[in-house]
Amino acid sequence: MNAPAEVLLSPTQRSALLADLRNALPARCVLAEAEDLRPYECDGLSAYRRLPAVAVLPETIEQIRAVLRVCRTHNVPVVARGAGTGLSGGALPLSNGVLLGLAKFNRILEIDPDNRVARVQPGVRNLAISEAAAAHGLYYAPDPSSQIACSIGGNVAENSGGVHCLKYGLTVHNVQAIKLLTMDGELLEIGECEKPGGLDNPGYDLLAVLTGSEGLLGLVVEVTVRLLPKPERAQVLLAAYDSVERAGEAVAAIIGAGVIPAGLEMMDNPAIRAAEAFVHAGYPEDAAAILLCELDGTNEEVSEEIMRVRQLLLDSGATEVRTAADEAQRQRFWAGRKGAFPAVGRISPDYYCMDGTIPRRELGRVLGRIEELSVEHGLQVANVFHAGDGNLHPLILFDANRPGELERAEAFGTAILDLCVAVGGTVTGEHGVGIEKLAPMCGQFTAGELEQFHAVKAAFDPAGLLNPGKAVPTLHRCAEFGRMHVHHGEVKFPDLPRF
Amino acid sequence: MSDDHEQQLVEQVRRAAEAGSPLAIRGGNSKAFYGRAVKGESLDLSGHGGVVSYEPTELVITARAGTPLAEIEALLAEKDQMLPFEPPHFGALAPSPSPQGGGEPRATSLPRGERVATFGGMLAAGLSGPRRPWGGAVRDAVLGVKLLNGRGEVLKFGGQVMKNVAGYDLSRLMAGSLGTLAVILEASVRVLPKPAVQITLVQEANEDQAAGRLVAWGRKPLPLSASLYHDGRLWVRLSGAEQGVAAARAVIGGEEADGDIWRQTRDQTLPFFQGDAPLWRVSLPTAAQALDLSGATLSEWGGALRWLRSDLSAGAIRRRAAALGGHAILFRGHDGVCEVFHPLPPAMLLLHKRLKAAFDPRGIFNPGRMYAEL
Repeated sequence: MNAPAEVLLSPTQRSALLADLRNALPARCVLAEAEDLRPYECDGLSAYRRLPAVAVLPETIEQIRAVLRVCRTHNVPVVARGAGTGLSGGALPLSNGVLLGLAKFNRILEIDPDNRVARVQPGVRNLAISEAAAAHGLYYAPDPSSQIACSIGGNVAENSGGVHCLKYGLTVHNVQAIKLLTMDGELLEIGECEKPGGLDNPGYDLLAVLTGSEGLLGLVVEVTVRLLPKPERAQVLLAAYDSVERAGEAVAAIIGAGVIPAGLEMMDNPAIRAAEAFVHAGYPEDAAAILLCELDGTNEEVSEEIMRVRQLLLDSGATEVRTAADEAQRQRFWAGRKGAFPAVGRISPDYYCMDGTIPRRELGRVLGRIEELSVEHGLQVANVFHAGDGNLHPLILFDANRPGELERAEAFGTAILDLCVAVGGTVTGEHGVGIEKLAPMCGQFTAGELEQFHAVKAAFDPAGLLNPGKAVPTLHRCAEFGRMHVHHGEVKFPDLPRF
Repeated sequence: MSDDHEQQLVEQVRRAAEAGSPLAIRGGNSKAFYGRAVKGESLDLSGHGGVVSYEPTELVITARAGTPLAEIEALLAEKDQMLPFEPPHFGALAPSPSPQGGGEPRATSLPRGERVATFGGMLAAGLSGPRRPWGGAVRDAVLGVKLLNGRGEVLKFGGQVMKNVAGYDLSRLMAGSLGTLAVILEASVRVLPKPAVQITLVQEANEDQAAGRLVAWGRKPLPLSASLYHDGRLWVRLSGAEQGVAAARAVIGGEEADGDIWRQTRDQTLPFFQGDAPLWRVSLPTAAQALDLSGATLSEWGGALRWLRSDLSAGAIRRRAAALGGHAILFRGHDGVCEVFHPLPPAMLLLHKRLKAAFDPRGIFNPGRMYAEL
């Protein structure tokens, strides 16, 4: 397992910390009993669980600042948490630390339709922003599958994606300003926060560094996001293929023809069958792979492109191409894809979701190798794939109650991520490193690169108290993992002892 | 050849780091006017050129920093693709043929003395053209970089894939950092298909009318890709599928105009940009009211970018920009010594200094180019 060893505060340390927190916050904002702490023991990666020393639920920025001050005084680490839907353990508490929940920061502060921005508190749910903007014909584009529950602050921390990234980008492309509390208690405005700002800011692009920094650099206490005009129309095509390679070639053909679909998703046969059994989306269950291709824009644009794409899909060897007849069918086509994870959850006691990204041209090779690995590890796998942007989610099926299966699933997962890196991709496309992917990070980056990350962290948080131990492994952790990849005949961490 | 060149760059940086002596990083020198003047030994990237890989169906191009921007754009155009952020050139559009020739395929050396925009300079300056509000900025398209930090280490961040959240996003941080953090050796950026159809429309309007129309159009799903308001006329570009553009044209109205106006705006060859009066680049919220400062103005980006030619004091211009929710850069017409970029609040400046030190502990890269303290 990746989780570092537990470190506990001594009873004296803990009661001193509690006393100071209770001094700084109203009593209802401080949780210390085990039963009250239980809901915070894990995030969406429930294989890792741990109780924090204390949890706090502040209600104002001043209270957050006070919590940070107490933590600095006691030299106690802080883990921020939004809705707890993250999939990589980024919000896993530290047993010697404070869990800082931002759930009470749930207000939409302003929607400015003329400047097309929304100013919101970090605990606001992703979907709530689009719901509030709908009255103006606007919406917030990034739509992670957890969008009914996940918070915008968490989206910023993870640089969340969704099924429409290919055309509309990730969180980093859609955030305009952030109000940030540093661990030192300094309140910084990255971009204009009190009023709608411009499209760029003086100085370094700190928005880029903070987005996806997994709560290690600062605490996001307010976010200004960009809104887009809602497309007049969206239409989806479903194409079936008798091989995954052919489906992969179809994706290249669409993009090569100059079309950027709003969404372009692929599912392999095991994923199709699981989804079909779960939501009855009307998928062809004998297909080796299906593609879902969504086009959006003005009525005229969509009508024109849908004909082109339909022809491209047929020319690429699709055995069947269907156009959703109406909005209800479009929603059903998507329901199957969006329900793929829970669908797999129904057919297997446990599953382990991977999140590598690969250059799309490698799809056939990578899926072929995953199939071989599946046989080698004796575990089944279902693949769902954000085909447009190369983000692959193999779901490894296992049963944690069977001795050794979790370990085999983890070994299988690590092999998949190594494969993604080997073909020029990355170990995480959108779920983040968190606690989960520290080991594969050692394979993706050199010691110098990891040290550069740590230097950046120290520039924001010199004392190292914000979410320590996540996102970027220390060189010693890499040595412990035994992850010393020999690259061009060089050992990566020559100065470190081997275990 | 380029690996040798890279090694030379590494050695020059290591020597400078040991001596603590400043380096002035340069590519094609086309944006030497931008930012404050740097005193230091020249670190020349112009010989470090060449496209490393280009995969049209992956929508990614990877090239070394010294590659002429024009060469990259020509290569993309062969496949009907483009850089989505329409970067300015501010120099000769194409380099003269390299006298060296031979060597690696595609490797181009810039002739000395000529001002030619390079790929690395494009990224370091972080400037985007007319398409920016709709196609994104330079930083939005950056997928990965290979850089040389102030310790003389060659490091790679990001990669060639669209979605990548492994580690902090240090590649986008390079965009607009003006060479003050690290030397960009190579970068991968996202490219997009060229729109099937593109038309430019022009109509008469006063400043308020133009602003009102742009805000109203901005709230609708129209295929806008550029706007320009200057001197009583409003230009708009529409890009996309044929029928979509035709339908939008009916909504926008106006006469069809020459699309070269966008290149002239981007590269600042319009008469507005000529002459000696200081040129200010003012970044504002899209719907901000008129700048209302003495001097001539030209506005782009649906209202989010306003150019101002004015002899007013820096303080007066910056106060007005800040009051409207934006910031002002003294773009051209300065001595290279005064404050060019909008001053940072003390806590922000401190964070900038720490961040610079994290990459460049001896402070050797382009000291003072962005701020005197960096």
